[in-house]
Amino acid sequence: MADTPPPGPDAAQTLRLEGVYKSYGIGTPAELEVLHGIDLSLRPGEFAALIGPSGGGKSTLLNLIGLLDRPTAGRLFVTGREAGVLGDTELTRLRGRNIGFVFQYHYLLPAFTAVENVMMPILAARGRPDDAMRKRAGMLLDKVGLTPWRDHMANDLSGGQQQRVAVARALAMDPALVLADEPTGNLDTKSADGVFDVLREVNESSGTTFLIVTHDPRLARRCDRIIELVDGNIVSDRPNAAEAPGNR
Amino acid sequence: MNRFLPFEAIAAFRFMREGTAQTTLIVAGVALGVGVIVFMSALIAGLQSNIIRRTLNYMAPIVIVPPEQVARPQRGGTSGLLAENVQPRSQQLRSIDQWQKVREQVARLPSVVAVTPVVSGPGFALRGDANKAVTVTGIEPESYVRVIGLEEKIIAGRLPAGASDIVIGTELSKDLGAGVGDKLRLTTASGAAETLNVVGLFDFGNKAVNERNVYIGLRVAQNLLNLAGGVSSMEVKVHDPFEAETIAQTIQSETGLQADSWIRTNAQFFTAMAAQSLSNTLIRFFVGLTAALGIASVLVVSVVQKSKEIGILRAMGTSRAQVLRVFLVQGGVMGLIGSLFGCALGWGFLAVWRGVALNADGTPLFIIEVEPELFALAAAGATVVGILAAVVPARRAARLDPAVAIRG
Ligand SMILES: Nc1ncnc2c1ncn2[C@@H]1O[C@H](COP(=O)(O)OP(=O)(O)O)[C@@H](O)[C@H]1O
Ligand SMILES: [Mg+2]
Repeated sequence: MADTPPPGPDAAQTLRLEGVYKSYGIGTPAELEVLHGIDLSLRPGEFAALIGPSGGGKSTLLNLIGLLDRPTAGRLFVTGREAGVLGDTELTRLRGRNIGFVFQYHYLLPAFTAVENVMMPILAARGRPDDAMRKRAGMLLDKVGLTPWRDHMANDLSGGQQQRVAVARALAMDPALVLADEPTGNLDTKSADGVFDVLREVNESSGTTFLIVTHDPRLARRCDRIIELVDGNIVSDRPNAAEAPGNR
Repeated sequence: MNRFLPFEAIAAFRFMREGTAQTTLIVAGVALGVGVIVFMSALIAGLQSNIIRRTLNYMAPIVIVPPEQVARPQRGGTSGLLAENVQPRSQQLRSIDQWQKVREQVARLPSVVAVTPVVSGPGFALRGDANKAVTVTGIEPESYVRVIGLEEKIIAGRLPAGASDIVIGTELSKDLGAGVGDKLRLTTASGAAETLNVVGLFDFGNKAVNERNVYIGLRVAQNLLNLAGGVSSMEVKVHDPFEAETIAQTIQSETGLQADSWIRTNAQFFTAMAAQSLSNTLIRFFVGLTAALGIASVLVVSVVQKSKEIGILRAMGTSRAQVLRVFLVQGGVMGLIGSLFGCALGWGFLAVWRGVALNADGTPLFIIEVEPELFALAAAGATVVGILAAVVPARRAARLDPAVAIRG
């Protein structure tokens, strides 16, 4: 994935942030600026790690990128569309179609089976269940190696299995960008490696862009690019030499 | 996942199934409330319609009588005790002026079904040593039966037809020991008397009526009550008995006669009925409020418990409106399911009541006819109450900030 980005400024970029600030508790004595003018862009197919000390603003940044929250200042483009000008409904749609989430704690819906959890984003978008979305969910579960567990209730799965279901669910709408906030932070090494392998495979097979928050240097080293966020500033952003494409 | 259900319903059902204990409890509560409402409503409606039916059995919805004569003080009297002279005229029978014309006029009103002339007054029925005070009612049988269903109440014999026919009630028959084929003598205050043949017995299911009323031909009654060619009243049947008072007022203003509706005559009963209906409405209101509070509180707790799941749903592209509907559906479904069980429960209460509320002879105390609309209304009402109760929690769920919800 070392292609130079095609011409055309916005559309070519999966994500672009221009001078993004975020403060919490605005207007209260506890007002706190967490992000101090972030500039960042991700090209299609990039597999980037976001690292940095706890409390540095990684989750906050991911929420902004994921359109779950709005920046206090600055501009944010997802697949070339500026988020700041969109209303809540359009923002929800943009999020549903273009962004997949994987959170640290495997947030599956416990009332649904594995395959139903994977179907949910498509179901919410289309309104009614159908065979096509069931088939796609089954295919994605197969990709993460969970076909034998497809009809198990979410809570009956192990942590690693649940997180793989969450990965499959994040891919349900075939998003341009998958955001993972410490997706392996809660797993043992073996399960963590399994989940990480799945992310990497999807990235390589379908060219989906990934931004992964991780505390694990071992995993960060397996990414193409490492972005370090300290106290709300990007202090380093470099390609990962060890993981140069093609020589893995 | 049922392919016919939309996303919102699927999520709502799964959420409810997750909280089975809470859902069951609240559905049971709604069922109990709806059961009580159905039972009470059917009971009160049955009671009222029975009283109404029994009353209208022997009573015309509207009775037209001559206008009341205003009593005036007599002038020129030497006595200073004016007040003594201000007395209503004696209860002497008066006829309705030009009653045939009035009859045609009233019959033309669209709300009127039938009009019949009646000559009615006090008298005595004698047979051997027995002697009973009666109300003599002279009727024109052909038109009378269109107003009062007398022929359906005849349990032996037939309606009066000839000049010497009389029909009496079962009680009077017992008191006088006179059955069909026997003779009895009718006298009135004017001194007139007739010997008549009992041709029929009636039973209105009302002891006082069965004891006092006797029916004879119009002519004979005119002779007995000294009202040659006249009638003392006209009885009117209308399409809607509950409109009787308005129609009576129309008749009154058009004819200048006095028209009394059964609603005014039975004012006390109608007041009691209104009070009954009001208390029933109050009960419905409070049961509905209780159910609404129950559903709302369960859903408020559920929104808090599921805030992470709601956040996840939002993160995966579920809109605020969809989240709102997921919770509205839960409220509506709890109301609906509760009301369906409630209808069954109400039906059960009524069955028990029917088995218990019996006369000494085993016949039902009164008939309760449960209209299907009552169940439909209860179900629809409970569903609406459930949806309304869900509005506050549903809005809270929809407004949840997904970033905060996921952070926990
Ligand atoms: N909703 C919030 N309200 C107030 N402060 C917040 C909120 N979310 C995060 N913070 C604060 O912002 C800072 C960055 O947090 P976070 O983005 O979670 O960092 P990281 O994910 O890198 O650990 C922390 O100081 C945290 O306390
Ligand atoms: Mg974090």
